Amino acid sequence: MRRQFIKTVSNIITRDKRVVLLLGDIGVWGFHEVAEKCPDRVYNIGILEQSTIGVASGLAISGFIPIVHTIAPFIVERAYEQLKLDFGYQNLGGNFISVGASYDYAALGSTHHCPADVPILLQIPGMEIVIPGTAKEFDSLFTQAYNDGRPTYYRISEGVNSFDCNVEFGKALQIKSGAKATVIAVGSLLSPVLEATEGLDVSILYYTTLAPFDIELLRENCASGKILICEPYFFGALDSLVINALTGQKLQIEHVGVPREFIRHYGKREDHDLAFGLNAECIKKKLEGLICEN
Amino acid sequence: MQDEDRIIQLKKQILLMSTRAQEGHIASSFSIIDILWVLYNRIIFDADNVALHDFILSKGHASLALYVVLKECGLISQNDIDQFASYNGILGGHPDRNKIKGVIASSGSLGHGLPIGVGLALGHRIRGNTDRKTYVLIGDGELNEGSIWESIELGGHHKLGNLFCIVDYNHSTDRALFLGDLEKKFSSFSWNTISIDGHCHESIETALKSQPQNSRPTAIIANTIKGRGILEMENNPAWHHRFPTKQEEEKMLGELEQRWDKL
Repeated sequence: MRRQFIKTVSNIITRDKRVVLLLGDIGVWGFHEVAEKCPDRVYNIGILEQSTIGVASGLAISGFIPIVHTIAPFIVERAYEQLKLDFGYQNLGGNFISVGASYDYAALGSTHHCPADVPILLQIPGMEIVIPGTAKEFDSLFTQAYNDGRPTYYRISEGVNSFDCNVEFGKALQIKSGAKATVIAVGSLLSPVLEATEGLDVSILYYTTLAPFDIELLRENCASGKILICEPYFFGALDSLVINALTGQKLQIEHVGVPREFIRHYGKREDHDLAFGLNAECIKKKLEGLICEN
Repeated sequence: MQDEDRIIQLKKQILLMSTRAQEGHIASSFSIIDILWVLYNRIIFDADNVALHDFILSKGHASLALYVVLKECGLISQNDIDQFASYNGILGGHPDRNKIKGVIASSGSLGHGLPIGVGLALGHRIRGNTDRKTYVLIGDGELNEGSIWESIELGGHHKLGNLFCIVDYNHSTDRALFLGDLEKKFSSFSWNTISIDGHCHESIETALKSQPQNSRPTAIIANTIKGRGILEMENNPAWHHRFPTKQEEEKMLGELEQRWDKL
């Protein structure tokens, strides 16, 4: 997905003269070709995230479409007030593309993890949040929305699904229809969800845009009131959106996701996925439990 | 009417607005009113009233000064002024770009305006529009913020000759952090620096019109007095976010007239 991000963004910079890229001293080599071609619109701006978001805001005021790229916690948590005020409150468009996801840099420790990105970005009114499940989906979603005049966060992850879906920005996708429960699969958790639900009479809704949240598709596919939300960040982030979407309906909600705790182990991303149950086996277990509940 | 007389009228207007709304930062506004007056009357607009340059009030709490100057320029109405800080008014304690014509960046939280100004100046340069200057006014307390120093570094490194940072150096936050020789500090980040009396209109105009040397951004260290014009308010932290009673207002309006008569 990271390679695709470089390819997609390089192409867009080349063909759209309004786009300016600001890199937080990462991914610099990947962009060297487009930087040579468009030196006035590609900057290795440095390791100063607060000001980088502010500079992006100033560029947006002067009519450019800024793209900011660095590791997730530094863009989201360190510069949170800048995202909130310099884009949300000012009402400006811009693109923030992070790498690292929840714990892709597993061995680097908690300073480089960001399982809180989605829950806290959901607190900024108007902030759009996109979690592609594959490289191709990133390309499609970014190309659709980079110029929509609103602040948009793109979460690039190492974890990807084994197949591409035809995704549309702002819309969820119905993958499967069933009666006994509804599974919300976010980003790269679609693959394990599909594996886990083989032979089960459940609906699967695939979300790659979390904000704006597609309420309609959920309303049309949740007759059972039993919902399993599979999210690759601190779980529970979508609860209020789901509950609001289904007001008046009796609901049973279960989660698969990252628990709200500091991760003190190192290892690989896969080790943490296993420890937190972000795999087909655990999804299946939770789902079967939910279906059996009265 | 002379500029000095006009400034008294604007200060009176600020007092009236604050007393009526029981809101606003009067002393901070008096600190920068001369700078804003010169900026809007002699720098920003051409003869046809077209804005040639951009301005960001990074220390947004001094919004009252901005509002009375914008009113003079015809960008907001007397009704807007009368509705200051009211529920449906467009003028709040800090300026909002989405409500006020002529405000390009909303402010309030300190440390945001200069990074935005760097982006704006960079944007103008990418377009080849280097004659368009970006003026950002920050408070000296705002220089406590790390984001400001990040941006000073960026401005110097990227040789943004079209960027001007005006520091309202009224020493109000010396009690927390003493900033020392600001010219020396900005110079060491590759900025041009000019120190001026921030209440002298000629000096302000000369500094704002100065031509940047070696493509460096320019820092104008404006030495100012917080609350200037009202003795009780001058350099008195108690008046940072205090509003006059009706009685105090009357006394202060009189004092503004009298002190100027003596000058």
